[in-house]
Amino acid sequence: MLSKRIIACLDVRNGKLAKSVKFVDTKDIGDPVEKAQEYYEDGLDELVFYDITASSDDRNIMLDVVEDVAKKVYIPFSVGGGVRSVEDASKLLWAGAEKINVNSAAVKRPELIAECAHAIGNQNVVLSMDILRREECREFPSGYEVVINGGRTPMGVDALAWALQGESLGAGELVVNSIDADGTREGYEIKLTRMIAEAVSIPVIASGGAGKPEHLYEVLTEGKADAALVASMVHYGDYTVSELKQWLHDKGVKVRLKY
Amino acid sequence: MRVAIVDYDAGNLRSVQRACQAVGLDGFITASPEEVLAADKIIFPGVGSSVSAVDTLHDRGLFDALIEAFQKGTPLLGICLGSQIVLEHTEEGDKDCLGLIDGVVERFDFADRTYKIPHIGWNEISISQPHPLLRQVEDGDEFYFVHSYFTRPTQQANVIATTDYNINFCSILAKDNLFATQFHLEKSGKKGLSILAEFASWEGGSAC
Repeated sequence: MLSKRIIACLDVRNGKLAKSVKFVDTKDIGDPVEKAQEYYEDGLDELVFYDITASSDDRNIMLDVVEDVAKKVYIPFSVGGGVRSVEDASKLLWAGAEKINVNSAAVKRPELIAECAHAIGNQNVVLSMDILRREECREFPSGYEVVINGGRTPMGVDALAWALQGESLGAGELVVNSIDADGTREGYEIKLTRMIAEAVSIPVIASGGAGKPEHLYEVLTEGKADAALVASMVHYGDYTVSELKQWLHDKGVKVRLKY
Repeated sequence: MRVAIVDYDAGNLRSVQRACQAVGLDGFITASPEEVLAADKIIFPGVGSSVSAVDTLHDRGLFDALIEAFQKGTPLLGICLGSQIVLEHTEEGDKDCLGLIDGVVERFDFADRTYKIPHIGWNEISISQPHPLLRQVEDGDEFYFVHSYFTRPTQQANVIATTDYNINFCSILAKDNLFATQFHLEKSGKKGLSILAEFASWEGGSAC
């Protein structure tokens, strides 16, 4: 039986680990390669790196980080942030990433998903969606809107419609990131995650809001997510990956315990 | 020792090469049939579609080289797509494959939509028969899978391990000097690396 995945998300700025709260007020909290290795040793299932480097001149630093991680960590990892073309995606894959994440650039130009899927395979293309809660209305029938640029720019696109479009364009997995929940540590946006997980036939990774083991349990059961993304709850040492997995196992969630 | 990692434009060969380095195995990436035939060991990785993969193998003369290498007893390790192409035929694009092991490759087809396709993530293996490459692996250990097609060997003797994903499918197959995993052992943590480490000293054969 397939296990539910625990995925740690590392925001990287200029080669350093950063953690954002509601996408503003970021602060450096360490070396991403060391953190990745620590989590790998502790039984993490997968990693996601988001490059939040402001200047595109400094993006090559990220390729060095990816190279270093790939030499030390033998689990899948994906990289996102600033992937605008097949060329960007190919560079990251060559450096050692298993998958790439597309986000803002795909909202602005949806064909990017199809181009990447064609070039590197559907299974290697993850569509990350930043989503804000809205009143249900004609424009946003799902009650959620897609936003870009780290949550600052609303796009007038309904979240559920975008998830379905992303799947049909060839995305292999979806990250459903709630901007409302991000950094609050008060729990995932269950309703949103479940709505999308029930609508698509590709795996859904829940993101934003994890603070306690109960939150992971909720989103992996009631929220129907295939995987749960964690960040600050492990970065600051409140919980270890192995503790979280043991806790979920004790509650009856199938997770990988032997590694 | 020369370990050839076969390049047929099917996936991230560098991941496999790095994993080899991690266990002290010096793998070189090659698209040359001569180099494949001269190698002491061969790793045959792969992700993506077997349609273009089989075509590329033919175009580069690697198709016949792999068959010849198998017949002369070179230890061969197939990974993911590489584990499918060793069978006789695949449903994916209706392609004839290497035919090193009797059997076919079929697509997952589930009425129950909660079983998503591709099968992506960590899943357990259930070991059907012992094999020297699994010395450090136990029943129930988990590995990382990404695939929509699965192998169906004709002979039960070629099934080394199975995995449950709505159906019970063959996740490791072997025959003589060939061993092949449906999962990505290079992305399956220490358990996966242990198979590569055993491959380094494997001479072929199933004696434990």
